Amino acid sequence: MCDPISNNSVFTFSKLNRLQWEPAQEKHVILYPEGMVELNASSAAILKLCDGERSFSEIVSALEKQFSVSDINDDVANFLTTALEKNWVLLKT
Amino acid sequence: MNSNSTTTPSITPPRWILAELTYACPLQCPYCSNPVNYAGIKSELSTEDWKRVLSQARELGAVQLGLSGGEPLVRKDLVEIIRHARSLGYYSNLITSGYGLSKDKIQIMQTAGLDHIQLSIQASTAELNNYLAGTDSFEHKKQVARWVKESGYPMVLCVVIHRQNIHQMQNILEMATELGADYVELANTQYYGWAKVNRDYLLPTKEQLESSESIAQAYKEKKGVKGNMKIYYVVPDYYSDRPKACMNGWGTTFLTVAPDGVALPCHAARELPDIDFPNVNDHSISEVWYQSNAFNRFRGNDWMQEPCRSCPEKVKDFGGCRCQAYLLTGDATNADPVCSKSPHHNVIEQAIKSAKESGEPAHSQRVYFRNPQNSKVL
Repeated sequence: MCDPISNNSVFTFSKLNRLQWEPAQEKHVILYPEGMVELNASSAAILKLCDGERSFSEIVSALEKQFSVSDINDDVANFLTTALEKNWVLLKT
Repeated sequence: MNSNSTTTPSITPPRWILAELTYACPLQCPYCSNPVNYAGIKSELSTEDWKRVLSQARELGAVQLGLSGGEPLVRKDLVEIIRHARSLGYYSNLITSGYGLSKDKIQIMQTAGLDHIQLSIQASTAELNNYLAGTDSFEHKKQVARWVKESGYPMVLCVVIHRQNIHQMQNILEMATELGADYVELANTQYYGWAKVNRDYLLPTKEQLESSESIAQAYKEKKGVKGNMKIYYVVPDYYSDRPKACMNGWGTTFLTVAPDGVALPCHAARELPDIDFPNVNDHSISEVWYQSNAFNRFRGNDWMQEPCRSCPEKVKDFGGCRCQAYLLTGDATNADPVCSKSPHHNVIEQAIKSAKESGEPAHSQRVYFRNPQNSKVL
């Protein structure tokens, strides 16, 4: 698993960004000063679970249930590593 | 005509709307992007007009909203407009000089749903900032920056870069760090409107640009380790050999509505002659965007001349900027003369030469500040 993320890591969505459903584009987007990122369904599902309460392992189980999949630990960790780098989410300390 | 060389444009919906709420401004920056003749344009849309415009644009898919001017804080109904924008789901950006902003006012706008504030600072010293802005505004701007930060907003600092402040690059970046900026936009002057009038005064030399770029680059690499300040760099297109993909293509993404309701594909387009830009008082945003001749004028590439028409790069840069083509070659359908393939490229070289000469000590430096008197004369 990627470096700063452990099973107990808790993520909050950054207050400097806004996650929003865009009806015109039929997808979730992240809005921030001067820009916008369009998200695919799985990225949006992960970010919505970054609520400052769930741990990494709880996020993974919730997603496994939601999408009826298994063995997604690495994929979720990889995406959250990117999300951390981009400051979309923060690690709760 | 080779049928492969042209495409029927499929029209994408607007994503960004720039609402120029007023041309009134207490500052008089000589690179202002407002039209040079702004003083003759007196009428302003009402609160209800703006609400209608925002609702209609949002329906088409616009999501990023810039509240600009002039100085948008001059509008008494700004908070009401912000509240309406938030209720529609816009991500709203207040683009301000900070003049007249107080901590209370920031809080009121935050409660109304404003998403962030982009604050402009003219220079890293009070003397130069106040001279360029034509007001004693430097200390207040820094105070505003601290309030913005304290309010929990992303702090976006915008500094327009030109020959008069380019030597301050290191200090500008240090000031941004000290003020806690999350984003700093180093916007090399684009030469339209007032900046075109003052080009000899503003255009830096190639050496000055390269030196400032390397300072910004070094700072970025150093800050990358501990800080999170993002540096945006608006490219100085006079020194590129290919034009910018202006506005991501005419009528593809951006919609500007001027204070009097004139709808434009970019805020500089008002300078183009022979185009009847629609007014939102007479047309819905859907009509403006999809049906007006003005917005369809430079969509796709049927309108292009050589060298753009047969150029493989036309899908990347759309022939550059229509306003620049018009301002510098007299024909908006020409290639942007920034392009080294343009037969008019020499006008860029001449502009660089002329600015360099006027920057030499022997020359008196003429500058026209953006104010009603100069607007009526120029």
